[in-house]
Amino acid sequence: MTLTSYFMEATYLIASILFILALKKMSHPETARRGMFLAEGGMFAAIVGTLVGAHIVTWVWIIAGLALGSIIGAWMAVSVPMTAMPQRTALSHAFGALAAALVGVGEFLVHANEMTVVTRGALGFEVMLGALTTTGSLIAAGKLQGVIAGKPIQFRGQNALNLIIFLSMTASFFYFWIHPEAVVFFYAMLGLAFVFGVMLVIPIGSADMPVVMSLLNSYAGLAAAATGFVLSNNVLIIAGTLDGFSGFILSVLMCKAMNRSITNVLFGGFGAVIAEATSNAGGVMREISLDDAAMQLAFANRVVFVPGYGLATAQAQHACRELGELLEGRGVSVKYAIHPVAGRMPGHMNVLLAEANVPYSSLYEMEQINPEFPSTDVAVVIGANDVVNPDARDNPKSLIAGMPILEVDRAKSVIVLKRGQGRGFSGLENPLFFKPCTTMLYGDAKSSLSHLAQAVQHV
Amino acid sequence: MNPAVLIASVYVFALAAFLGYQVISRVPPLLHTPLMSATNAISGISLIGSLVLAGAAAELPKAQLPAHILGFVAVTAATINVVGGFGITDRMLKMFGKRKPQANPAKEAAK
Repeated sequence: MTLTSYFMEATYLIASILFILALKKMSHPETARRGMFLAEGGMFAAIVGTLVGAHIVTWVWIIAGLALGSIIGAWMAVSVPMTAMPQRTALSHAFGALAAALVGVGEFLVHANEMTVVTRGALGFEVMLGALTTTGSLIAAGKLQGVIAGKPIQFRGQNALNLIIFLSMTASFFYFWIHPEAVVFFYAMLGLAFVFGVMLVIPIGSADMPVVMSLLNSYAGLAAAATGFVLSNNVLIIAGTLDGFSGFILSVLMCKAMNRSITNVLFGGFGAVIAEATSNAGGVMREISLDDAAMQLAFANRVVFVPGYGLATAQAQHACRELGELLEGRGVSVKYAIHPVAGRMPGHMNVLLAEANVPYSSLYEMEQINPEFPSTDVAVVIGANDVVNPDARDNPKSLIAGMPILEVDRAKSVIVLKRGQGRGFSGLENPLFFKPCTTMLYGDAKSSLSHLAQAVQHV
Repeated sequence: MNPAVLIASVYVFALAAFLGYQVISRVPPLLHTPLMSATNAISGISLIGSLVLAGAAAELPKAQLPAHILGFVAVTAATINVVGGFGITDRMLKMFGKRKPQANPAKEAAK
Protein backbone atom coordinates (compact mmCIF):
# COMPACT_ATOMS: atom_id res chain seq x y z
CA MET A 1 0.00 0.00 0.00
CA THR A 2 1.27 3.42 -0.85
CA LEU A 3 1.13 6.46 1.38
CA THR A 4 -1.71 8.03 -0.60
CA SER A 5 -3.77 4.85 -0.22
CA TYR A 6 -3.33 5.02 3.55
CA PHE A 7 -4.40 8.65 3.46
CA MET A 8 -7.50 7.70 1.47
CA GLU A 9 -8.43 4.92 3.90
CA ALA A 10 -7.95 7.33 6.81
CA THR A 11 -10.36 9.85 5.29
CA TYR A 12 -12.90 7.03 4.83
CA LEU A 13 -12.65 6.10 8.49
CA ILE A 14 -13.06 9.72 9.53
CA ALA A 15 -16.06 10.09 7.22
CA SER A 16 -17.71 6.97 8.70
CA ILE A 17 -17.32 8.28 12.25
CA LEU A 18 -18.59 11.74 11.32
CA PHE A 19 -21.67 10.30 9.56
CA ILE A 20 -22.63 8.31 12.65
CA LEU A 21 -22.10 11.31 14.93
CA ALA A 22 -24.21 13.42 12.59
CA LEU A 23 -27.14 11.02 12.77
CA LYS A 24 -26.78 10.85 16.54
CA LYS A 25 -27.11 14.63 16.72
CA MET A 26 -30.33 14.33 14.69
CA SER A 27 -32.06 13.21 17.88
CA HIS A 28 -32.72 16.81 18.86
CA PRO A 29 -33.62 19.87 16.78
CA GLU A 30 -31.11 21.99 18.74
CA THR A 31 -28.12 19.87 17.76
CA ALA A 32 -29.25 18.52 14.39
CA ARG A 33 -27.81 21.35 12.34
CA ARG A 34 -24.36 21.10 13.89
CA GLY A 35 -24.49 17.37 13.22
CA MET A 36 -25.02 18.01 9.54
CA PHE A 37 -21.89 20.18 9.41
CA LEU A 38 -19.97 17.14 10.68
CA ALA A 39 -21.49 14.98 7.94
CA GLU A 40 -20.59 17.57 5.32
CA GLY A 41 -17.02 17.60 6.62
CA GLY A 42 -16.91 13.81 6.44
CA MET A 43 -18.16 13.82 2.88
CA PHE A 44 -15.61 16.45 1.86
CA ALA A 45 -12.79 14.47 3.45
CA ALA A 46 -13.84 11.27 1.66
CA ILE A 47 -13.97 13.04 -1.71
CA VAL A 48 -10.54 14.60 -1.26
CA GLY A 49 -9.16 11.29 -0.05
CA THR A 50 -10.51 9.51 -3.14
CA LEU A 51 -9.14 12.09 -5.56
CA VAL A 52 -5.72 11.88 -3.92
CA GLY A 53 -5.51 8.14 -3.37
CA ALA A 54 -7.44 6.41 -6.14
CA HIS A 55 -4.94 6.63 -9.02
CA ILE A 56 -7.02 8.99 -11.12
CA VAL A 57 -5.70 9.29 -14.67
CA THR A 58 -8.37 11.38 -16.40
CA TRP A 59 -9.77 14.48 -14.73
CA VAL A 60 -12.09 15.81 -17.43
CA TRP A 61 -15.08 13.59 -16.66
CA ILE A 62 -14.69 14.05 -12.93
CA ILE A 63 -14.53 17.82 -13.07
CA ALA A 64 -17.41 18.00 -15.53
CA GLY A 65 -19.59 15.72 -13.38
CA LEU A 66 -18.76 17.51 -10.13
CA ALA A 67 -19.43 20.92 -11.70
CA LEU A 68 -22.70 19.94 -13.36
CA GLY A 69 -23.93 18.09 -10.27
CA SER A 70 -23.02 20.98 -7.97
CA ILE A 71 -24.87 23.49 -10.12
CA ILE A 72 -28.04 21.38 -10.32
CA GLY A 73 -27.79 20.39 -6.64
CA ALA A 74 -27.27 23.96 -5.45
CA TRP A 75 -30.12 25.16 -7.61
CA MET A 76 -32.40 22.51 -6.12
CA ALA A 77 -31.28 23.26 -2.58
CA VAL A 78 -32.08 26.96 -2.94
CA SER A 79 -35.16 26.93 -5.10
CA VAL A 80 -37.32 23.97 -4.06
CA PRO A 81 -40.24 25.19 -1.92
CA MET A 82 -40.97 23.33 1.30
CA THR A 83 -44.34 22.19 -0.05
CA ALA A 84 -42.48 20.32 -2.81
CA MET A 85 -40.22 18.49 -0.37
CA PRO A 86 -41.75 15.03 -1.00
CA GLN A 87 -41.10 15.26 -4.75
CA ARG A 88 -37.59 16.53 -4.16
CA THR A 89 -36.82 13.68 -1.81
CA ALA A 90 -38.22 11.11 -4.25
CA LEU A 91 -36.01 12.59 -6.98
CA SER A 92 -32.95 12.36 -4.79
CA HIS A 93 -33.71 8.68 -4.10
CA ALA A 94 -33.70 8.28 -7.87
CA PHE A 95 -30.35 10.05 -8.29
CA GLY A 96 -28.71 8.09 -5.47
CA ALA A 97 -29.95 4.79 -6.84
CA LEU A 98 -28.97 5.70 -10.39
CA ALA A 99 -25.42 6.45 -9.27
CA ALA A 100 -25.24 3.06 -7.54
CA ALA A 101 -26.64 1.23 -10.57
CA LEU A 102 -24.26 2.97 -12.98
CA VAL A 103 -21.24 2.26 -10.81
CA GLY A 104 -22.35 -1.36 -10.89
CA VAL A 105 -22.62 -1.42 -14.68
CA GLY A 106 -19.25 0.32 -14.93
CA GLU A 107 -17.63 -2.23 -12.61
CA PHE A 108 -19.11 -4.95 -14.79
CA LEU A 109 -17.62 -3.39 -17.94
CA VAL A 110 -14.20 -2.88 -16.41
CA HIS A 111 -13.72 -5.88 -14.14
CA ALA A 112 -16.21 -8.52 -15.34
CA ASN A 113 -13.49 -11.09 -16.04
CA GLU A 114 -11.75 -11.03 -12.69
CA MET A 115 -14.79 -10.98 -10.40
CA THR A 116 -15.25 -13.66 -7.78
CA VAL A 117 -18.60 -15.32 -7.18
CA VAL A 118 -19.25 -13.19 -4.10
CA THR A 119 -18.48 -9.93 -5.84
CA ARG A 120 -20.70 -10.90 -8.74
CA GLY A 121 -23.55 -11.63 -6.34
CA ALA A 122 -23.17 -8.25 -4.65
CA LEU A 123 -22.95 -6.63 -8.07
CA GLY A 124 -26.27 -8.20 -9.05
CA PHE A 125 -27.95 -6.84 -5.93
CA GLU A 126 -26.45 -3.42 -6.47
CA VAL A 127 -27.62 -3.19 -10.07
CA MET A 128 -31.09 -4.63 -9.46
CA LEU A 129 -31.84 -2.52 -6.38
CA GLY A 130 -30.33 0.57 -7.98
CA ALA A 131 -32.25 0.22 -11.23
CA LEU A 132 -35.64 -0.54 -9.72
CA THR A 133 -35.28 2.24 -7.18
CA THR A 134 -34.39 4.71 -9.93
CA THR A 135 -37.53 4.18 -11.99
CA GLY A 136 -39.73 3.57 -8.93
CA SER A 137 -38.63 6.87 -7.40
CA LEU A 138 -39.17 8.72 -10.67
CA ILE A 139 -42.75 7.41 -10.80
CA ALA A 140 -43.25 8.38 -7.15
CA ALA A 141 -41.91 11.87 -7.85
CA GLY A 142 -44.21 12.13 -10.88
CA LYS A 143 -47.22 11.17 -8.78
CA LEU A 144 -46.32 13.63 -6.03
CA GLN A 145 -45.75 16.42 -8.54
CA GLY A 146 -49.04 15.61 -10.27
CA VAL A 147 -47.41 14.77 -13.61
CA ILE A 148 -48.76 11.24 -13.27
CA ALA A 149 -52.27 10.62 -11.90
CA GLY A 150 -52.10 10.08 -8.14
CA LYS A 151 -54.75 7.38 -8.28
CA PRO A 152 -53.53 3.79 -8.24
CA ILE A 153 -53.12 2.42 -11.76
CA GLN A 154 -54.42 -1.12 -11.73
CA PHE A 155 -55.44 -3.67 -14.31
CA ARG A 156 -56.46 -7.29 -14.46
CA GLY A 157 -53.61 -9.70 -13.92
CA GLN A 158 -51.31 -7.01 -12.58
CA ASN A 159 -49.94 -9.03 -9.70
CA ALA A 160 -49.37 -12.01 -11.99
CA LEU A 161 -47.50 -9.83 -14.48
CA ASN A 162 -45.42 -8.32 -11.67
CA LEU A 163 -44.59 -11.78 -10.44
CA ILE A 164 -43.46 -12.82 -13.93
CA ILE A 165 -41.25 -9.74 -14.24
CA PHE A 166 -39.80 -10.34 -10.79
CA LEU A 167 -39.09 -14.00 -11.48
CA SER A 168 -37.49 -13.27 -14.87
CA MET A 169 -35.32 -10.63 -13.21
CA THR A 170 -34.13 -12.97 -10.48
CA ALA A 171 -33.67 -15.81 -12.97
CA SER A 172 -31.46 -13.57 -15.13
CA PHE A 173 -29.53 -12.64 -12.03
CA PHE A 174 -28.91 -16.24 -11.03
CA TYR A 175 -27.92 -17.24 -14.56
CA PHE A 176 -25.44 -14.37 -14.75
CA TRP A 177 -24.19 -15.23 -11.28
CA ILE A 178 -23.31 -18.77 -12.33
CA HIS A 179 -22.28 -17.99 -15.92
CA PRO A 180 -20.45 -14.64 -15.93
CA GLU A 181 -19.73 -14.91 -19.66
CA ALA A 182 -23.49 -14.68 -20.39
CA VAL A 183 -23.35 -10.92 -20.73
CA VAL A 184 -26.82 -10.65 -22.21
CA PHE A 185 -28.38 -11.88 -18.96
CA PHE A 186 -26.70 -9.09 -17.05
CA TYR A 187 -28.35 -6.52 -19.30
CA ALA A 188 -31.65 -8.41 -19.23
CA MET A 189 -31.54 -8.19 -15.43
CA LEU A 190 -30.82 -4.47 -15.63
CA GLY A 191 -33.68 -3.82 -18.07
CA LEU A 192 -36.17 -5.94 -16.13
CA ALA A 193 -35.21 -4.14 -12.92
CA PHE A 194 -36.01 -0.78 -14.55
CA VAL A 195 -39.41 -2.11 -15.63
CA PHE A 196 -40.08 -3.71 -12.25
CA GLY A 197 -39.49 -0.38 -10.49
CA VAL A 198 -42.23 1.22 -12.56
CA MET A 199 -44.63 -1.67 -11.99
CA LEU A 200 -43.98 -1.61 -8.26
CA VAL A 201 -45.05 2.00 -7.77
CA ILE A 202 -47.85 2.63 -10.28
CA PRO A 203 -50.49 0.62 -8.34
CA ILE A 204 -49.89 2.65 -5.18
CA GLY A 205 -52.07 5.66 -4.37
CA SER A 206 -50.73 9.05 -3.32
CA ALA A 207 -52.05 8.67 0.23
CA ASP A 208 -49.69 5.73 0.77
CA MET A 209 -46.67 7.74 -0.37
CA PRO A 210 -45.16 8.06 3.13
CA VAL A 211 -44.57 4.30 3.15
CA VAL A 212 -43.36 4.17 -0.45
CA MET A 213 -40.96 7.06 0.12
CA SER A 214 -39.49 5.31 3.15
CA LEU A 215 -39.15 2.01 1.30
CA LEU A 216 -37.44 3.62 -1.68
CA ASN A 217 -35.14 5.38 0.76
CA SER A 218 -34.28 1.99 2.19
CA TYR A 219 -33.63 0.43 -1.24
CA ALA A 220 -31.42 3.33 -2.32
CA GLY A 221 -29.36 2.90 0.83
CA LEU A 222 -29.03 -0.85 0.40
CA ALA A 223 -27.96 -0.34 -3.21
CA ALA A 224 -25.16 1.91 -1.94
CA ALA A 225 -24.22 -0.71 0.66
CA ALA A 226 -24.07 -3.38 -2.06
CA THR A 227 -21.75 -1.04 -4.00
CA GLY A 228 -19.55 -1.10 -0.92
CA PHE A 229 -19.42 -4.91 -1.07
CA VAL A 230 -18.53 -4.82 -4.78
CA LEU A 231 -15.73 -2.29 -4.27
CA SER A 232 -14.68 -3.68 -0.83
CA ASN A 233 -15.20 -0.21 0.53
CA ASN A 234 -16.27 0.09 4.17
CA VAL A 235 -17.43 3.70 4.18
CA LEU A 236 -19.87 2.85 1.39
CA ILE A 237 -21.13 -0.14 3.34
CA ILE A 238 -21.57 1.95 6.50
CA ALA A 239 -23.24 4.97 4.90
CA GLY A 240 -25.45 2.78 2.70
CA THR A 241 -26.52 0.62 5.61
CA LEU A 242 -27.34 3.64 7.77
CA ASP A 243 -29.48 5.01 4.95
CA GLY A 244 -31.07 1.62 4.32
CA PHE A 245 -31.97 1.11 7.96
CA SER A 246 -33.24 4.61 8.40
CA GLY A 247 -35.63 4.01 5.51
CA PHE A 248 -36.61 0.65 6.91
CA ILE A 249 -37.39 2.04 10.37
CA LEU A 250 -39.46 4.82 8.83
CA SER A 251 -41.40 2.31 6.68
CA VAL A 252 -42.28 0.28 9.75
CA LEU A 253 -43.36 3.40 11.66
CA MET A 254 -45.51 4.59 8.76
CA CYS A 255 -47.18 1.20 8.36
CA LYS A 256 -47.89 1.10 12.07
CA ALA A 257 -49.45 4.55 11.87
CA MET A 258 -51.85 3.21 9.23
CA ASN A 259 -52.34 -0.21 10.83
CA ARG A 260 -51.38 -1.88 7.55
CA SER A 261 -48.71 -4.33 6.53
CA ILE A 262 -46.07 -3.48 3.98
CA THR A 263 -47.48 -6.15 1.63
CA ASN A 264 -50.90 -4.55 1.88
CA VAL A 265 -49.49 -1.14 0.95
CA LEU A 266 -47.46 -2.51 -1.95
CA PHE A 267 -50.06 -4.82 -3.45
CA GLY A 268 -53.33 -3.63 -1.95
CA GLY A 269 -53.98 -0.79 -4.39
CA PHE A 270 -55.59 1.23 -1.61
CA GLY A 271 -57.55 4.27 -2.74
CA ALA A 272 -59.09 2.64 -5.80
CA VAL A 273 -62.85 2.46 -6.12
CA ILE A 274 -63.95 1.26 -2.72
CA ALA A 275 -66.88 3.53 -2.09
CA GLU A 276 -69.41 0.69 -1.73
CA ALA A 277 -67.66 -0.57 1.37
CA THR A 278 -68.12 2.63 3.31
CA SER A 279 -70.70 2.96 6.02
CA ASN A 280 -73.68 5.11 5.19
CA ALA A 281 -73.06 7.78 7.71
CA GLY A 282 -76.42 9.47 7.86
CA GLY A 283 -77.25 13.05 8.57
CA VAL A 284 -76.27 16.34 7.10
CA MET A 285 -73.12 18.35 7.21
CA ARG A 286 -73.68 21.67 8.89
CA GLU A 287 -71.99 24.66 7.36
CA ILE A 288 -70.65 27.44 9.55
CA SER A 289 -70.18 31.07 8.60
CA LEU A 290 -66.80 32.73 8.88
CA ASP A 291 -67.99 35.10 11.61
CA ASP A 292 -69.44 32.31 13.72
CA ALA A 293 -66.26 30.28 13.37
CA ALA A 294 -64.14 33.28 14.31
CA MET A 295 -66.36 33.89 17.33
CA GLN A 296 -65.97 30.30 18.50
CA LEU A 297 -62.19 30.48 18.15
CA ALA A 298 -61.83 33.88 19.77
CA PHE A 299 -63.73 32.89 22.90
CA ALA A 300 -62.23 29.43 23.26
CA ASN A 301 -59.70 28.53 25.94
CA ARG A 302 -57.98 25.74 24.09
CA VAL A 303 -57.69 25.36 20.34
CA VAL A 304 -55.94 22.52 18.50
CA PHE A 305 -55.09 22.76 14.81
CA VAL A 306 -54.97 19.47 12.90
CA PRO A 307 -53.16 19.93 9.57
CA GLY A 308 -53.30 17.43 6.71
CA TYR A 309 -52.18 17.24 3.12
CA GLY A 310 -54.76 19.94 2.25
CA LEU A 311 -52.64 22.42 4.19
CA ALA A 312 -49.71 21.66 1.89
CA THR A 313 -51.69 21.84 -1.36
CA ALA A 314 -53.25 25.15 -0.32
CA GLN A 315 -49.84 26.42 0.93
CA ALA A 316 -51.77 27.57 3.99
CA GLN A 317 -49.03 27.10 6.59
CA HIS A 318 -48.30 30.84 6.99
CA ALA A 319 -52.00 31.76 7.19
CA CYS A 320 -52.40 29.03 9.81
CA ARG A 321 -49.55 30.38 11.93
CA GLU A 322 -50.97 33.94 11.70
CA LEU A 323 -54.35 32.80 12.95
CA GLY A 324 -52.67 30.80 15.71
CA GLU A 325 -50.67 33.81 16.85
CA LEU A 326 -53.70 36.09 16.88
CA LEU A 327 -55.50 33.60 19.08
CA GLU A 328 -52.53 33.27 21.38
CA GLY A 329 -52.49 37.06 21.63
CA ARG A 330 -56.02 36.82 22.99
CA GLY A 331 -54.91 34.33 25.61
CA VAL A 332 -56.11 31.20 23.83
CA SER A 333 -53.88 28.15 24.21
CA VAL A 334 -52.98 26.97 20.69
CA LYS A 335 -51.50 23.57 19.84
CA TYR A 336 -50.86 21.67 16.63
CA ALA A 337 -51.62 17.95 16.41
CA ILE A 338 -49.51 16.01 13.92
CA HIS A 339 -50.48 12.54 12.75
CA PRO A 340 -47.46 10.46 11.64
CA VAL A 341 -48.86 9.90 8.14
CA ALA A 342 -50.37 13.36 7.61
CA GLY A 343 -49.04 14.62 4.30
CA ARG A 344 -47.01 12.73 1.75
CA MET A 345 -43.81 11.85 3.58
CA PRO A 346 -42.70 11.26 7.17
CA GLY A 347 -42.56 14.58 9.03
CA HIS A 348 -44.07 16.57 6.14
CA MET A 349 -46.38 18.70 8.34
CA ASN A 350 -43.64 19.49 10.86
CA VAL A 351 -41.45 20.93 8.14
CA LEU A 352 -44.25 23.07 6.70
CA LEU A 353 -45.21 24.51 10.08
CA ALA A 354 -41.57 25.08 10.99
CA GLU A 355 -41.21 27.01 7.74
CA ALA A 356 -44.08 29.20 8.86
CA ASN A 357 -42.24 29.91 12.14
CA VAL A 358 -44.43 27.79 14.37
CA PRO A 359 -42.12 26.91 17.30
CA TYR A 360 -41.61 23.15 17.49
CA SER A 361 -42.69 23.18 21.13
CA SER A 362 -46.25 23.79 19.87
CA LEU A 363 -46.22 20.69 17.66
CA TYR A 364 -47.65 17.61 19.37
CA GLU A 365 -47.48 13.97 18.37
CA MET A 366 -50.59 11.82 18.28
CA GLU A 367 -49.99 10.04 21.60
CA GLN A 368 -49.32 13.32 23.37
CA ILE A 369 -52.32 15.22 22.11
CA ASN A 370 -55.09 12.58 22.05
CA PRO A 371 -55.74 12.71 25.83
CA GLU A 372 -56.15 16.47 25.53
CA PHE A 373 -58.99 16.52 23.00
CA PRO A 374 -61.82 16.10 25.58
CA SER A 375 -60.70 19.35 27.21
CA THR A 376 -60.25 21.13 23.88
CA ASP A 377 -62.86 23.74 23.01
CA VAL A 378 -62.31 23.88 19.28
CA ALA A 379 -60.39 21.48 17.05
CA VAL A 380 -59.70 22.97 13.62
CA VAL A 381 -59.13 20.32 10.96
CA ILE A 382 -57.29 21.78 7.98
CA GLY A 383 -57.39 19.57 4.90
CA ALA A 384 -57.05 16.33 6.85
CA ASN A 385 -59.49 13.48 6.41
CA ASP A 386 -58.57 9.87 7.03
CA VAL A 387 -56.31 10.66 9.98
CA VAL A 388 -59.33 12.07 11.88
CA ASN A 389 -61.89 9.50 10.67
CA PRO A 390 -63.60 8.04 13.78
CA ASP A 391 -64.64 5.01 11.71
CA ALA A 392 -61.10 3.74 12.10
CA ARG A 393 -61.76 3.40 15.81
CA ASP A 394 -65.51 2.64 15.93
CA ASN A 395 -66.35 0.63 12.84
CA PRO A 396 -64.50 -2.69 12.62
CA LYS A 397 -65.75 -3.13 9.04
CA SER A 398 -64.14 0.09 7.86
CA LEU A 399 -61.24 -0.24 5.43
CA ILE A 400 -59.09 1.78 7.78
CA ALA A 401 -60.29 -0.03 10.92
CA GLY A 402 -57.59 -0.09 13.57
CA MET A 403 -55.61 2.81 12.15
CA PRO A 404 -54.69 5.07 15.06
CA ILE A 405 -56.38 8.46 14.63
CA LEU A 406 -56.35 11.90 16.12
CA GLU A 407 -59.52 11.81 18.20
CA VAL A 408 -60.81 15.26 17.31
CA ASP A 409 -64.41 14.05 17.63
CA ARG A 410 -63.89 14.05 21.40
CA ALA A 411 -63.36 17.83 21.37
CA LYS A 412 -66.25 20.09 22.40
CA SER A 413 -66.56 21.37 18.86
CA VAL A 414 -64.83 20.74 15.58
CA ILE A 415 -64.46 23.06 12.62
CA VAL A 416 -63.45 21.29 9.41
CA LEU A 417 -61.84 23.38 6.69
CA LYS A 418 -62.48 21.60 3.43
CA ARG A 419 -62.43 22.54 -0.20
CA GLY A 420 -65.81 21.02 -1.05
CA GLN A 421 -68.27 18.37 -0.01
CA GLY A 422 -66.52 15.54 -1.85
CA ARG A 423 -64.85 12.62 -0.17
CA GLY A 424 -61.21 12.61 0.65
CA PHE A 425 -58.53 10.91 -1.34
CA SER A 426 -59.26 7.42 -0.09
CA GLY A 427 -62.92 7.75 -1.09
CA LEU A 428 -64.03 6.85 2.42
CA GLU A 429 -67.01 8.55 3.99
CA ASN A 430 -65.98 10.36 7.16
CA PRO A 431 -68.65 10.20 9.93
CA LEU A 432 -66.83 13.01 11.74
CA PHE A 433 -68.34 15.48 9.28
CA PHE A 434 -71.88 14.44 10.28
CA LYS A 435 -71.42 14.60 14.04
CA PRO A 436 -73.47 17.19 15.93
CA CYS A 437 -70.30 18.81 17.31
CA THR A 438 -68.85 19.30 13.81
CA THR A 439 -69.31 22.26 11.51
CA MET A 440 -67.88 22.68 8.04
CA LEU A 441 -66.17 25.73 6.62
CA TYR A 442 -65.88 25.30 2.86
CA GLY A 443 -63.31 27.00 0.69
CA ASP A 444 -59.60 27.14 -0.03
CA ALA A 445 -57.78 26.54 3.26
CA LYS A 446 -55.44 29.49 2.81
CA SER A 447 -58.14 32.08 2.16
CA SER A 448 -60.41 30.59 4.82
CA LEU A 449 -57.64 30.87 7.39
CA SER A 450 -56.69 34.42 6.51
CA HIS A 451 -60.35 35.49 6.50
CA LEU A 452 -60.75 33.84 9.89
CA ALA A 453 -57.76 35.79 11.14
CA GLN A 454 -59.31 39.05 9.95
CA ALA A 455 -62.61 38.15 11.55
CA VAL A 456 -60.93 37.25 14.84
CA GLN A 457 -59.30 40.69 14.91
CA HIS A 458 -62.73 42.31 14.66
CA VAL A 459 -64.34 40.24 17.40
CA MET B 1 -12.93 -10.68 -3.03
CA ASN B 2 -11.19 -13.17 -0.77
CA PRO B 3 -13.06 -14.80 2.13
CA ALA B 4 -11.30 -12.75 4.83
CA VAL B 5 -12.38 -9.48 3.20
CA LEU B 6 -15.90 -10.79 2.75
CA ILE B 7 -16.18 -11.73 6.40
CA ALA B 8 -14.84 -8.34 7.47
CA SER B 9 -17.36 -6.63 5.17
CA VAL B 10 -20.23 -8.64 6.61
CA TYR B 11 -19.12 -7.64 10.11
CA VAL B 12 -19.07 -3.98 9.09
CA PHE B 13 -22.52 -4.33 7.53
CA ALA B 14 -24.02 -6.03 10.58
CA LEU B 15 -22.51 -3.57 13.04
CA ALA B 16 -23.57 -0.59 10.93
CA ALA B 17 -27.11 -2.00 10.76
CA PHE B 18 -27.21 -2.41 14.54
CA LEU B 19 -25.77 1.03 15.15
CA GLY B 20 -28.12 2.58 12.60
CA TYR B 21 -31.10 1.02 14.34
CA GLN B 22 -29.97 2.35 17.72
CA VAL B 23 -29.19 5.84 16.52
CA ILE B 24 -32.08 6.36 14.15
CA SER B 25 -34.85 5.11 16.42
CA ARG B 26 -33.98 8.05 18.66
CA VAL B 27 -34.76 10.65 16.01
CA PRO B 28 -38.10 12.28 16.90
CA PRO B 29 -40.94 12.24 14.31
CA LEU B 30 -40.57 16.02 14.26
CA LEU B 31 -37.34 15.59 12.31
CA HIS B 32 -38.29 12.69 10.05
CA THR B 33 -38.26 14.72 6.84
CA PRO B 34 -34.82 16.23 7.51
CA LEU B 35 -33.65 12.75 8.56
CA MET B 36 -34.67 11.26 5.26
CA SER B 37 -33.04 14.08 3.39
CA ALA B 38 -29.86 13.81 5.50
CA THR B 39 -29.44 10.06 5.11
CA ASN B 40 -30.00 10.57 1.41
CA ALA B 41 -27.20 13.10 1.26
CA ILE B 42 -24.96 10.78 3.27
CA SER B 43 -25.64 7.85 0.95
CA GLY B 44 -24.44 10.19 -1.80
CA ILE B 45 -21.11 8.74 -0.63
CA SER B 46 -21.50 6.45 -3.66
CA LEU B 47 -19.92 9.52 -5.26
CA ILE B 48 -16.52 8.09 -4.32
CA GLY B 49 -17.22 4.95 -6.34
CA SER B 50 -18.41 7.11 -9.21
CA LEU B 51 -15.24 9.23 -9.09
CA VAL B 52 -13.05 6.15 -9.46
CA LEU B 53 -15.14 4.92 -12.37
CA ALA B 54 -15.00 8.30 -14.10
CA GLY B 55 -11.29 8.87 -13.65
CA ALA B 56 -9.32 5.67 -13.14
CA ALA B 57 -7.73 3.57 -15.86
CA ALA B 58 -9.68 0.52 -17.00
CA GLU B 59 -7.82 -2.73 -17.63
CA LEU B 60 -9.71 -3.39 -20.84
CA PRO B 61 -8.94 -0.57 -23.28
CA LYS B 62 -12.26 -0.87 -25.07
CA ALA B 63 -14.13 -0.45 -21.77
CA GLN B 64 -12.34 2.81 -21.05
CA LEU B 65 -14.65 5.29 -22.74
CA PRO B 66 -17.97 3.67 -21.74
CA ALA B 67 -16.72 3.44 -18.16
CA HIS B 68 -15.79 7.13 -18.13
CA ILE B 69 -19.16 8.14 -19.54
CA LEU B 70 -21.09 6.01 -17.05
CA GLY B 71 -18.82 7.43 -14.35
CA PHE B 72 -19.55 10.97 -15.47
CA VAL B 73 -23.32 10.43 -15.25
CA ALA B 74 -22.92 8.72 -11.88
CA VAL B 75 -20.70 11.55 -10.55
CA THR B 76 -23.31 14.08 -11.67
CA ALA B 77 -26.21 12.19 -10.07
CA ALA B 78 -24.34 11.59 -6.80
CA THR B 79 -23.11 15.19 -6.61
CA ILE B 80 -26.67 16.45 -7.06
CA ASN B 81 -27.58 14.31 -4.06
CA VAL B 82 -24.69 15.45 -1.92
CA VAL B 83 -24.90 19.17 -2.66
CA GLY B 84 -28.69 19.33 -2.95
CA GLY B 85 -29.27 16.97 -0.04
CA PHE B 86 -27.02 18.75 2.46
CA GLY B 87 -28.22 22.15 1.25
CA ILE B 88 -31.87 21.36 1.68
CA THR B 89 -31.37 19.55 4.99
CA ASP B 90 -29.64 22.62 6.35
CA ARG B 91 -32.44 24.84 5.09
CA MET B 92 -34.98 22.68 6.92
CA LEU B 93 -33.00 22.37 10.13
CA LYS B 94 -32.49 26.13 10.24
CA MET B 95 -36.27 26.47 10.44
CA PHE B 96 -36.40 24.16 13.44
CA GLY B 97 -33.94 26.34 15.32
CA LYS B 98 -34.87 27.69 18.72
CA ARG B 99 -36.75 30.92 18.35
CA LYS B 100 -39.71 32.82 19.63
CA PRO B 101 -42.62 33.30 17.26
CA GLN B 102 -42.25 36.29 14.94
CA ALA B 103 -38.54 36.57 15.61
CA ASN B 104 -37.73 36.35 11.94
CA PRO B 105 -38.41 39.76 10.43
CA ALA B 106 -36.44 39.03 7.25
CA LYS B 107 -38.80 36.22 6.38
CA GLU B 108 -41.81 38.36 7.15
CA ALA B 109 -40.53 41.03 4.81
CA ALA B 110 -39.78 38.48 2.10
CA LYS B 111 -43.40 37.41 2.05
